[in-house]
Formats: sequence, C-alpha cells, structure tokens
Amino acid sequence: MPETTAIARRVGVLESIDAPPASTAITIRVLPVQARFALRLAASDAARVGRLGDLDLSLPINRASHSSSRLLARLGPDEFLILLPSPDAEPFATQAKAALAGTHHALTEIGDRNIAIEVSGRYAADVLNAGCPLDLGRMAPGEATRTLLGKVEVVLFRLADGDDGVARYRLECWRSFGRYLHAFLIEAAREYGAS
Amino acid sequence: MPASFRLASGGRIDRTKPIVIRFNGHEVPAFDGDTAASALLASGIHFVGRSFKYHRPRGILTHGSEEPNALLDVDRGGDRRDPNNRAGMVEAFDGLSLRSQNHWPSLGVDVGELNDALGAIFVSGFYYKTFMWPKVFWKHVYEPVIRAAAGLGQSPTAPDPERYAQRHAHCEVLVVGAGPAGIAAALAASEDKAKRVILCDEQSEPGGTLLHDTTSQIDGETAQQWLTRSLATLRARPNVTILPRTTAFGYFNHNHIALSERITDHMRHPDPSLPRERLWQVRAGRVLLAAGAHERPLVFADNDRPGIMLAESMRVFLNRYAVLPGRQAVIATTGASAYQAALDLRRAGVEVTIVDLRQETDCGPEVTAAIHEGIEVLNGHTVIGAKGRARVDGLVVARLDAQGVPGAARVLGCDCVGMSGGWTPAVHLFSQSRGKLAFNAELDAFLPARSVQNETSAGSCRGTYDLAACIGDGAIAGGIARSVEATASFVGFQSVRIMTAPLDQKPVKAFVDFQNDVTAKDIKLAVREGFESIEHVKRYTTTGMATDQGKTSNMNALGLVAGQLGREIPAVGTTTFRLPYTPVTFGSFAGPNRGDLFDPARITPIHDWAVKNGAKFEDVGLWKRAWYFPARSEDMHAAVARECKAVRTSAGIFDASTLGKIEVAGPDAAEFMNRIYTNAWLKLEPGRCRYGLMLKEDGYVFDDGVAARLTPELFHVTTTTGGAPRVLTHMEDYLQTEWPDLKVYLTSITEQWAVIAVQGQRARDIIAHLVEGIALDDASFPHMAVRTGRICGVPCRLFRVSFTGELGFEINVPADYGQAVWEAVHESGRRFDITPYGTETMHVLRAEKGFIIVGQETDGTVTPDDLGLSGLVGKAKRDFVGKRSLARPDMSAAGRKQLVGLLTEDPQLVLDEGAQVVADPNQPIPMRMLGHVTSSYKSANVGRSIALAMIADGRRRINERLQVTTPDGFTTATVVEPLFFDPEGVRLHA
Repeated sequence: MPETTAIARRVGVLESIDAPPASTAITIRVLPVQARFALRLAASDAARVGRLGDLDLSLPINRASHSSSRLLARLGPDEFLILLPSPDAEPFATQAKAALAGTHHALTEIGDRNIAIEVSGRYAADVLNAGCPLDLGRMAPGEATRTLLGKVEVVLFRLADGDDGVARYRLECWRSFGRYLHAFLIEAAREYGAS
Repeated sequence: MPASFRLASGGRIDRTKPIVIRFNGHEVPAFDGDTAASALLASGIHFVGRSFKYHRPRGILTHGSEEPNALLDVDRGGDRRDPNNRAGMVEAFDGLSLRSQNHWPSLGVDVGELNDALGAIFVSGFYYKTFMWPKVFWKHVYEPVIRAAAGLGQSPTAPDPERYAQRHAHCEVLVVGAGPAGIAAALAASEDKAKRVILCDEQSEPGGTLLHDTTSQIDGETAQQWLTRSLATLRARPNVTILPRTTAFGYFNHNHIALSERITDHMRHPDPSLPRERLWQVRAGRVLLAAGAHERPLVFADNDRPGIMLAESMRVFLNRYAVLPGRQAVIATTGASAYQAALDLRRAGVEVTIVDLRQETDCGPEVTAAIHEGIEVLNGHTVIGAKGRARVDGLVVARLDAQGVPGAARVLGCDCVGMSGGWTPAVHLFSQSRGKLAFNAELDAFLPARSVQNETSAGSCRGTYDLAACIGDGAIAGGIARSVEATASFVGFQSVRIMTAPLDQKPVKAFVDFQNDVTAKDIKLAVREGFESIEHVKRYTTTGMATDQGKTSNMNALGLVAGQLGREIPAVGTTTFRLPYTPVTFGSFAGPNRGDLFDPARITPIHDWAVKNGAKFEDVGLWKRAWYFPARSEDMHAAVARECKAVRTSAGIFDASTLGKIEVAGPDAAEFMNRIYTNAWLKLEPGRCRYGLMLKEDGYVFDDGVAARLTPELFHVTTTTGGAPRVLTHMEDYLQTEWPDLKVYLTSITEQWAVIAVQGQRARDIIAHLVEGIALDDASFPHMAVRTGRICGVPCRLFRVSFTGELGFEINVPADYGQAVWEAVHESGRRFDITPYGTETMHVLRAEKGFIIVGQETDGTVTPDDLGLSGLVGKAKRDFVGKRSLARPDMSAAGRKQLVGLLTEDPQLVLDEGAQVVADPNQPIPMRMLGHVTSSYKSANVGRSIALAMIADGRRRINERLQVTTPDGFTTATVVEPLFFDPEGVRLHA
C-alpha cells in the first residue's frame, strides 16, 4: 500500500464569507467547524441510561444541557443533537457506544452535515423573527428546538445571555442551505446596522 | 400658488418646516405633517381626478383610507413611484410629486368625459349586454379597449427599487386602532406588565378622532392633553409596542393577524438600510378591535362634485391640518355629528348653513348649539342636487311637507359641502375573523354579535359613538372598568338611502359608489333585472369593489336593494368582508424573497471548484449541479461529447454529492430494507452493495438507488437527488405507522458526505495511491462492494459502483473535506487526462447503458416489469411495499408500455424527449399513440443518436419500425433493446 501523500484540509462552507462587524445591536457570526452526532434513543432508554459522560439525557424535550465545551439538545422524545469539539469526537463515540451497548440506538456522525451561526445583540430576536414564526420572547436560555427560518429548517438554541446581558442564539442548518441562511440573516439585520 | 385656505394657527402641522410638493407639475406649498389631501386643499385644489367610468371631475371626499375618489399617482423620487394612492394617506414631504389619474389629455380637458354625456347608455351590465357579438371580438377587441379606457392609474414598469421586510410577532393583546377606545383598551391591557401589548393604527400618529377634536374635555383636561398623557404612559411601558402607519388588513384563524407597516413612504431620503414596508404576522392571545366607523355620504343628484366631502373629514382638515375646505359651507346631514363640523367651521370663520333632513323635534341639543353660534339650520329639508361641475357652487335644497314631498327648490350658494348620512361601523376585521354580524335597526348598522375567536370590539366599530362611552368601552375591553367623564358627543342619525327628490326630476346621476361610478339608478336597475342577492348586485354593478371596497357606499347600496325588494336589511344580508382591509403592496408579500433570497440555492462541497473551473450549472430541485464543463469556446454539445468520450477512454470525475443518503440502523435494519424495497436484502453480506427499487403502495416505481450494508445492523442507502426528502418521509411513515415494532432508526446523511465519482478504465490507478487501508484489486474489492478506510488521510466510505458502465468508484468523504479530496483526485488523475463531467454527460452515459432515471423513464405509472426489471421483484418475499398492487390484473396486462431503445433511421437525428410514437402516421386522427420518447441524446461513444422510449408491448416489437413525431412531421425509428454500449458489461470489471 503506497503512502498517502497529503492530509486534506477541512473547509467549512461559510469560511470564505465576510462577516459584518459585530455590534451590541446585532452580531451575526459564523461558528467554526466542529463535531456533531445525531443520537436516536428511545425515551425509556434515555431515562434509564441517564447520562452520556457529562451530558444529561433525561432533560425535557426542547431543552439543551451543556458542560464546558459540549452541548446536547433534546429535539424529540428519541432524538438528540450533540455538539462537541472535533478532537473529542472519537473518544466520545467510543464512550457512548460502550454506554449504549446492548441498547437499541443510532449514533450517527453529522459534524459536516450542519453549519452553525450565532446571532446575538439587542435586536437578535427581531432579526430571527424576520423568518422564524416562534415566540422568541417566551424562549428561555437553555431551550432548543427545530423550527423554520425563512425557507430553511433550522435548529435554534437560545444560549446563555452574553456578559453584556444581550440575548444569544445559535442556529444550525444543513450545510447546503448555509449561504442562504447567512444571507437571509444579513438582509434582515440591515436596518440594525449589519451590512 | 399661495396656500390661501391655510389658517394662520392651529392644527398638528409643523409650521417651522415649510415644504413644497408638486401636483401635475405645479408647486404646492405645504408643511411637515400635511397629507397630500390637506396640502392640496390648503391651496384650494379640490378637483384632483377623473372618475372610473364617466370621467367626471372628482374631488377629495374623505381624509382617510376609505377615500374612493382622490387616487393619485405618487412619485417619491428615483423609481419610488406607484399609482392609486389615497390622497389622505399620502404624507407630504419636500419634493413629493403627485399626478392625477384617469384622464387624457389633461385633468381639465378629458376626452373620456364624453362617457358622462352618454350616461344613459352606460347602465349596469352595459358591457355584458353590448359586447356580445361576434364572440371572438370580446377577447381581441372589446376587452382590450375597455380595459385601456377604464380607470385607475398606470402600473410602474421599472423594477421596484425598494426593500421589504417581514416580521413574526407574538403578544398577549393586539389592539387595532389607536382612537379613544383603542388607547383606553391598550392602557388597561398593559397595566399588567407581563402582558405584551401591540397597538397599531393606520394613521401617521396614534389618536384617531382625538387628533381633530378641539372641543371635548376628558376627565377635566382637553382631548389633546388626554391623548398626549395617555400616549406618554403607553410609551413608558416596556411591554407596549406602538405601531403607527400600520394597517391590520387580514384576520386569520387562531388570532393570526397580518399588519402592513409603512416605514419610509413619508421620507424624502430614507436611510437605505430601512425597508419601505414591513409585513407583520402577529399571533395574539386576544385581539381588541377599535377600528372606528366610516361616515356615509348622502345620495343626491351630482353628489360627486368636487368640493362636496364628508362632514367629519371637513372637521379633520380644519382641526388637524388647519385647512379650510372653503369659505362658504353647507352642511347637509341626516344626523347630529355633522353639527360639530358646522360649529368648528363657523368658529374658524366659515359661513355655514346646515340642511338637516330631520325635523327639529327629532334632533338633540346640537340644533340649539348651532343656532347659538349663529348658524342657519334648515330642518326638514332634503337635498335635490348640486350645482357646478369642476367645483360645487351651490346646493339645491327644498323643504319637505308633512307627506314628505319636497316643496319649492332653493339654491344655497356655497363653495363646499359637508355631507353626513350617518355612520357605518368598521366591522371588516371582525367579519374576517368569521364573527357573526347582527343588524341593529336603531343604529342602522351591522354590529359584531357573536365572536368566533378570542376578540372583542370596542368603541364606534361596534356602534358606540359617544366619546366617554368609547373610552369606557375600550377600558372594559382591555380588562379594567373605569368611569370616564367627557363632553357629550352629538350622536344619532336618521337612516336614509337616497335623498327625496321631486317626482318630475330628470334622470340624474346620484352616486352610491363613487369609485366605480355606480348610481342609485344602476342599483335599482340591477334589482329590476332579477339580481336579488347583494353578492350578485355587487358583481353586476361593481358597487363595493376596487381599492375602497365600498367603505363609504356599502350601507347605502344595501339599503337601496332592500328597499327595492321590499325586504328588511337583515333579509338581504351584507357582502362578505375579505382581506385586505385596504390595498397592500405586492412588495410586502414578497418581502426579502427575491433575487438570491427567492429560494435557497443548495450548493455542494465541490461547488466553488466547479465555478472556478467554468462549469455551467443546472437547477435540480433547489440544488445547483454542474451541468457540463465547457473548455474554452466549446458549446454544450461539444463539451458533452468530449466528456462522454473521456470517461469511456480514460476516466472522468463527477460530483455526486447531491444523491440522497440515509443511514438505516438497528437490529431490524435488514428486515426494514426487505420490506421497503422490492428485492431481497436479508442475505446481503456486509461489505456488499445492491441496487434496489422502491415502490409506493400502488405498485409503481417511486425511487431507486444503491444501498450498501456496512455492518449487519447498518445500511448506507442512496436515493435519487430529487427523491431524498420524500424517500426519508416514506420510510419514516412506514416505520412509525406500519411497523413500529421494528427496531430501526433512520438518519439523513445526505449532507454529511461529499460524493466524488471516479469512472473509467483508469479509475483505480487514479485513486490507488490516495487510499489507505483498502485493497482495490478486482478480487478483493469487486463490483458492487463497499469498504471503509481513508483517502488523503480522511475517513471514507468507498463504493465500487458504476452508473456509467465503466469501472468506477464513488468516494464518500465528510463534506468539509469534499473539495480538498476532489482536488487531490483531480490532480492525481492529470496523468490520465481525468475529465470533470457534469450531469448531462452522466445522463448520456447511463442512457448508453439503458439505466433508467426515476422521473424521466418513469412517471408514477410504471411498474418494475414495465422497465424490464421484474428480476428485481422478490417473488419469494412474503411482503414489501407495493406487492399487493403488483398482483392486480392490469399491472401485468398486455398492452402496457415497456422500456425499449429507439434508433432513428437518420443517425444524426436526435428525437425530442416526449415525442409521441405511432405505428402508422396515415391513420385517421385521433391516432393511436403507442408511447413516447423518454430520453434522447447524441452519443459520441455509439457514434449516432440514441433514445429510450416507453412503448406499448415494446419488448414484443423489437426490430419493428415505428413513426415518431418531430417538429415537422414524422420520422422512422427502429425498436431495439435498451442497451447501446458494451452489452456484455465487461468494462465494469476492468
């Protein structure tokens, strides 16, 4: 077997896009590439297993739990989205498979399937509501849900408020919709200073 | 032109900001805070347009959004131009340019005015009755001419330069209308800080009637002070959002309300970051409707002369804009409220006479108040007609005797007339909410009776006209009862449909609907001709249509129909109110969804490389797919021929990332596959692939693709590009509803993996040194096998599959590495002249091999056997989706269309896809169609044109010569097996 010649570089779909300047009014920031897993696991099994390492599987639907650098969102009774730094992916998968051995589940790596954008600032909810029909005023930090933004299906996280007290949201969508989603947000944010 | 009708003081205009607007090119002075209507009136301009049908001179009838006459073409600079703006709703700014509409050559001299003289001909239904024959003339002569002659303004032709925004919002309480009732409602509702309250109003500032009420006192302060203080309270509450210039125009299910907010139309140089309008979709816990009421015009001869307007609108122009409607006014009324207009005008120095249909004994304190102010009041008088043409110069009135017969006519000289026929509550939104209306005879109005949604009407939109009562009503609607002391309003009116005229009066035009030029006579004629339903009368006469939707005319029209039929109004009913309440721009509905944002353009990980390398793209669903890669000056045919040749001579590289991909995981994965696909999956070994056909319950082919068994419990399924979402849905549907017992999970991995197809005899040589951990030789890694390993150091799932008939690999790598791996493979392939190819070449190559494309060879009525793929149907399988349908006799009956190849007699001729196939072109029409061409290409590898077709009993017709339609007639083609290249399939195993 000949040696492979090169290690290919990972390039996020939005890496080449210029970001508008950040402001306290509105900031739209493309988040760097990372690892993700889709976990399917029956609700009863999730309750029984309880935790995957430091991630809580027993939390209610549409809630997210996070520990240091990891984030887990329960999107349905048997559906979880797990976000973690790329180097953690393999150890996590090994650990999860061990914890779930003998339990019917599917742990699928989808780190490249999604892209992520953070929207924060005083007008963050207004910008999101340009295309998202949810009542964001009633979405508390720590909640996460699948929803629509413009013509794209997204997973929307309300993150912990920023140090300056402004709301922060994280959006995830499939990579091929990423540029549309980014452009939609920039257009919606124009009147608040993004351009 | 001096603004000689502007008062020296008063009004809500900003006198420190004088501006100039233009009307038909003439300068008109105005102030910030003016509307187009108030600015024109301040310069004494009443005549501002021509009517729709008769081209009669028309003036400004109202101050608001119900305006039927004063429709202006507005140019805000640049390409910011649009027609049919209601003059009272256009806010003036310096440089605003207005034009009148519907006349030629000019407003003053209009050829179309001839229609007015011919009025006896233009009765209702005129067009239907007259332009009957010959039939073809309607479409080609009559309709275009009539449309050109008939009304309203010219649409702009330049693209709209404006941006439009949209917004979803939620609140506990939405208050529609910021008059006294709405403000009281918002104050009450927002006391609870947990309640989010949105208060919207179509006017430029909140306040409603309070903005022009200079006489009332509320709780010891002036109406204006009360308004200022109330608004300050609301603005100080963080839970309140006030939206001026915002019209609630649609009321849908579940308290879903659409608002149109106009953001920049009142600005000369709007900040370019601002959208022109914002379409709000509000979901409200509770809706409080405080939409107000519309004043009714009086119906008498020539009631449309410029200078004749609604009495309350006169009061608005006078008090809110400090504009005199004239110097000598007649107030013609059947109710009390117009007396306030008379009083305000008198105090502003206008000479005023009141003509009241009511006898003095039927009136309230308003008469004494008027007489006390020195106003002449003519009680028990009717209005017979108006004098003047381009401007009213007199009103003909007469006393009614005890029998109600008019006596001697008397002309009251005047330069303006304020008329009032009472009030019609604005129940439009309530009606849109599907609430039930009930007729109230005392108030002569339909009022909200039974709610269907969680809403409440308050104030004059439910027939409460007294100021204190409106405020109290609003407060209760907002949740807090409070007592209010306010100056008593003049309320009450006598309902009248048409003003009594002498029996010997010559035919006249007494307008009911000003915008559509519908007269009282037209409505009577419609009823005589048998139209009894108000909906039919509306459509026959056009009363109540167009931009104002009959806001001023509906009750008069309804009353006339009821009177003519001798029925009560509730028996006639009212027309259904539909959205929008007032016209809404197309732009606000389109919102940001145009240009690049019209639809998401889905791009693959290799997209940017394809762009850089000159690919032409085609749209496949939302995907942008590289179609072909022209070299230098190549056209599509040359490029495709070169790409096709290259793949079969050396190797090609193709971006197959858009293929749908699904992971089917779990102990029952194989059983699930076995049920979903027609062929057998249980015994497929890990590491092997299989081509599968998927049917719907009806037995017809739904999708196809290759699936690989990675482990005993894990399948990597591929679908067609367009079929990806519906296949996943189909699978989930069966899993969740039919087979919930199966332990299987489905996860879409379409976008997790970039797919790089390397096809051709050199494929193995090209990738060999990039791949780690996979033996590539034919024995270790045969056709239709899958291996996992690494390529360029990246984890990959390597498929040995072929959609070209050549030796081929499909390299699946995580999408973020897709372009890097593609570039490495492309670089590695240079020594073999690896050629990037697009979807067109992919199509040609697979057609050469007779491989189907679902959606091209199939159309939702094709069985596996029709495609010659009955071998893929597991006969021994107990069940699979579609199995039972395949057993129906018709699914295997003779005469079904079957997949075959066609070779044209002329090898250069490429058939049209979709072309019909017949046996004998000389048979009588209608001919018996045997089938149609499904795929057709020029094949560089075969050296001639090739085609696939679905032909009745096609497999029995091999070698038959059939006739195929061409743009010019027919051509001859021979039926062949659907396989044109390498029939033995040896190239797969190179």
